[in-house]
Amino acid sequence: MREPIYLREPIYIKSSAAVGGKREGMTSLKTGFDLIDKTDLFSMPSFERAEGEMARLAVNIALKKCGVSHEELSFIVSGDLQNQCVASSAGLFSFGAGYIGLYGACSTFTEGLIVGSSLLSLGRGLCAVATSSHNCTAERQFRAPLEYGGQRSPSSQWTATASGAVILTRDKCDVMISALMPGKIVDGYTKDKTNMGAAMALSAYDTVRTFFEWESPDEYDLILTGDLGKIGTSLLYELISENMGSRAEKIISLHRDCGNLLYEGMSDMHAGASGCGCSASVFVLDALPRLKSGEIRKMLLMSTGALMSAGSVNQGEHIFGITPLVKIELSR
Amino acid sequence: MENSKTYKERIKRHTPKTNLKKTLPTAFLTGGALCALGELMAGAVRKMGVERADAYLTVTVTVIFIASLLTALGMFDKLAKYAGAGLSVPVSGFANSVTSSALDTRREGLVLGLGAGVFTVAGPVILYAVLSGTLFGIIYYILKMLGVA
Repeated sequence: MREPIYLREPIYIKSSAAVGGKREGMTSLKTGFDLIDKTDLFSMPSFERAEGEMARLAVNIALKKCGVSHEELSFIVSGDLQNQCVASSAGLFSFGAGYIGLYGACSTFTEGLIVGSSLLSLGRGLCAVATSSHNCTAERQFRAPLEYGGQRSPSSQWTATASGAVILTRDKCDVMISALMPGKIVDGYTKDKTNMGAAMALSAYDTVRTFFEWESPDEYDLILTGDLGKIGTSLLYELISENMGSRAEKIISLHRDCGNLLYEGMSDMHAGASGCGCSASVFVLDALPRLKSGEIRKMLLMSTGALMSAGSVNQGEHIFGITPLVKIELSR
Repeated sequence: MENSKTYKERIKRHTPKTNLKKTLPTAFLTGGALCALGELMAGAVRKMGVERADAYLTVTVTVIFIASLLTALGMFDKLAKYAGAGLSVPVSGFANSVTSSALDTRREGLVLGLGAGVFTVAGPVILYAVLSGTLFGIIYYILKMLGVA
């Protein structure tokens, strides 16, 4: 039975950073980004390399912010959207710390927090969790060549060119991770790779329903899902209101989605943002400052992932959704 | 838990459809304008004393060149976003699919990268154009033998 795992000792978020590309530099969150590169290349020779470089920059900036040197970093948990997770390995090799590469599609940031905090709770040291995604590499890998002229489906989401990183520690800080719950693989009942929100909404609902069998939504101030976008969000709301009775209204009122927040108010973004850099950067730029300021005290971060490959979709396989969860709260 | 059928129905209800009232007329107008331009060009070329077939070939090559150039300059996809099938159905779309694939795979090397990747989008078009051309050629040949065509 899947249930939340409550950490015996909480893991604290010591520092954080986010970097983004050109489009991210036009969002309402732009002032929060620690670094914006309008070329989307981050001084790298290719977009593929840039994806990993963003993770390196984010971890580097996060370390600098808390005055920690590279040598003090015990291990890094990281992931991206490229085949075989190669962006992270190329981007992060210079740190000389332990490294765990993850793939959870757009859910990787929450997955990384789960892996990072649970490993850290077994020992000591500092852990960096970072994820990055790049629009141009995702377009190439999953859709069409970059300069290919076509019209995007109204249900499609825009992969964010962004990275977010946090530094985890066992030493007390303002914000802590107190519980976690790995995601369950849920059939999204769709083969449409231009409708990721629909493929992930059912798994998000499954995680919400499972978690609130153990806790009450009244204690929470924010439920932040990953990249459901407009369609996934409306599907999630319908599932919650039909099946969760009296708690439905409260849960929906607490809910925000990173895919809706990142490009909020921008035109031509169709169903919203996606990519594992999206929930990482929105968490760092939006949720974390609000936690630190005390505006919210307790939240759930649930990045959602669509598990598929370009090949699996062509072979007519369903896209699976996954939604891991971490409980994050103010420690003071 | 939700079953496959009910969830598929939900997806259908929540997913917005392409606005055909907007996309069809723009595709028709831009595609039509491109073809009209081609006709004008062919007329002009013929006036220079070029044979009919060669004049149309000149137009095709010119459109391919312009579409590829616009692709390389990063402008084609912006135009195609509005024009849709108006730019992708004529030979301009074919040129764009080849050039954009070439640009994407260039870094992976001239042979195994660009060489192998250049027709990833256009490949199916070439294959089925050749196949259907052969098929209809055979049908035409038989009909001609029978004295029907």
